[in-house]
Amino acid sequence: MSDARLSVLKTYKLYVGGKFPRSESGRVYEVTDVKGDWLANAPLSSRKDARDAVVAARKAFGGWSGATAYNRGQVLYRVAEMLEGRRAQFVHEVAGAEGLSKSKAAAVVDATIDRWVWYAGWTDKIAQVVGGANPVAGPYFNLSSPEPTGVVAVLAPQESSFLGLVSVLAPVVATGNTAVVVASERSPLPALSLAEVLATSDVPGGVVNILSGRTAEIAAPLAAHQDVNAIDLAGADEALAKELETAAADNLKRVVRPQPVDDWSATPGLERLTAFLETKTVWHPTGALGAAGSSY
Amino acid sequence: MLPIVPDGSDSAPGSRGVYSRYARRYARLVTMPTHTPAASPVPDVTASESTLRRFLHGLPGVDAVGLEARAAALGTRSIKTTAKAYALDLAISMVDLTTLEGADTPGKVRALGAKAVRPDPADRTAPATAAVCVYPDMVPVAKEAVAGSGVKVASVATAFPAGRASLAVKLADVREAVAAGADEVDMVIDRGAFLAGKYLKVYEEIAAVKEACGTDARLKVIFETGELSTYDNIRRASWLGMLAGADFIKTSTGKVAVNATPANTLLMLEAVRDFRAQTGIQVGVKPAGGIRTAKDALKFLVLVNETAGADWLDSHWFRFGASSLLNDLLMQRQKLATGRYSGPDYVTVD
Repeated sequence: MSDARLSVLKTYKLYVGGKFPRSESGRVYEVTDVKGDWLANAPLSSRKDARDAVVAARKAFGGWSGATAYNRGQVLYRVAEMLEGRRAQFVHEVAGAEGLSKSKAAAVVDATIDRWVWYAGWTDKIAQVVGGANPVAGPYFNLSSPEPTGVVAVLAPQESSFLGLVSVLAPVVATGNTAVVVASERSPLPALSLAEVLATSDVPGGVVNILSGRTAEIAAPLAAHQDVNAIDLAGADEALAKELETAAADNLKRVVRPQPVDDWSATPGLERLTAFLETKTVWHPTGALGAAGSSY
Repeated sequence: MLPIVPDGSDSAPGSRGVYSRYARRYARLVTMPTHTPAASPVPDVTASESTLRRFLHGLPGVDAVGLEARAAALGTRSIKTTAKAYALDLAISMVDLTTLEGADTPGKVRALGAKAVRPDPADRTAPATAAVCVYPDMVPVAKEAVAGSGVKVASVATAFPAGRASLAVKLADVREAVAAGADEVDMVIDRGAFLAGKYLKVYEEIAAVKEACGTDARLKVIFETGELSTYDNIRRASWLGMLAGADFIKTSTGKVAVNATPANTLLMLEAVRDFRAQTGIQVGVKPAGGIRTAKDALKFLVLVNETAGADWLDSHWFRFGASSLLNDLLMQRQKLATGRYSGPDYVTVD
């Protein structure tokens, strides 16, 4: 018997519809750390993986958007609990992916978990902030209510592989949308490990789907896809963003343009929460007006 | 005239050994040509309960593993670009657009008829489907909805889907559908009688329904393969149906757990191929139920081409009994035309 153990290498896989498939194309690519040392092989997704992910996201949309906001909040908080349990793993992966020292990577992971909790708390509060009762000239209640827009394609930021990813993903699912995420091209490993957290924390399969590979290759069919309702271009460079926005115009997708973010750990505000909401306005009669001209 | 195939002289491709064994058995039973092919292509076989049983049980047993492996292997063909465009259009033209619900309303049947005539209103190059398939009382509505187009109206009959009624009731059901203008009648066989071994009863029932259909309506015989338990039974039922005068043999009603599978459709395609080789009569095949994606439909078309041959690649000889399949075919068609993945927002909700 030898003292040396055989190393158990991890096979990173995609996350589509609650399952962990390899890329339909069978391709992988090498992921390296900032110094160029090999870390792992990640799946190199094809457009068919993107298509399958959209089908899964569409299928999950009814249940997720129909869940109560409170329930969504609980589920997302559960994700934060699971992240906390795997903290060491993420610190290791973020350190490798972004070339950070262990303590700096730990700070990033902490900020990420806090970010997730922050968005989990917003699920049942956003409606009070951006919805409400509108005063109208007639015997009606007029109520505006924010509704999720549907399937959202998310191009995760290229540089901030974990905090940036969660900062763009969490607001999408917190408001009841389902997401197809294209992980950071150079450092997809934290995103692929996040999938394992999501799979074990009550998030229904298909609500979040995570693809790794060449951003430009996967994003093009997503931007053109007729069954995707919105696209967040955070991870696209200027030329790609323009091309994708043009493709997205065909079915009037909501598009969030890439904005330079210096510090992902700054308080994000409500911008990303409201970006993928539609406002539904409902008129409801107040009932017959009394002799005094008011039903109150 | 019945051709009597001597041993080893058949010209059909593939499986020569099994095939000549088949022919040998057949040649013994078919001793002389008949002059009344309309009644039965092989009167000697169907003369009595015992000859029919001897014939059906004398059919070669089905190699289940081989059958499923062959069906799976044919499902791996890659069909792309122009071949795919051709196959999608062919599949659309083969769809029997079906609604068989207790909740069917005249409005729903009219909507279905409109969709059958013009499946993709945004793209007029999309072909019409083959037929709409409804319950007998909806035939007049369907007939009106597809009037002036080439789309046929098919009606299920004979106490669909269970088939548990007396022959008189079943025949009345058929006559009503035909009188209302049905171009095609989809009957169910009496699975209880078949499984109890009363083959002649099943045979006579099919023959009676065929007679009630007259010359105007084509008869599709549904075996409900999910209830026949074994591949051997499916092969026997196929031959029984064809001997009794079926114009089409159809897998299932779509009302049970197991519907059309590539394997049982392959088996039925082999049966119609062999039947034509023996009798000269071509019979159509219709898998129904459970075919929901364009990818599946294309796999079935490969089975047809590789088993029965290109003669069956026509809506006159091969159909899909389906409802949701059409939407997927249309979405794939839109993808091919535009290069963009389509979505359910761009096809009708039915």
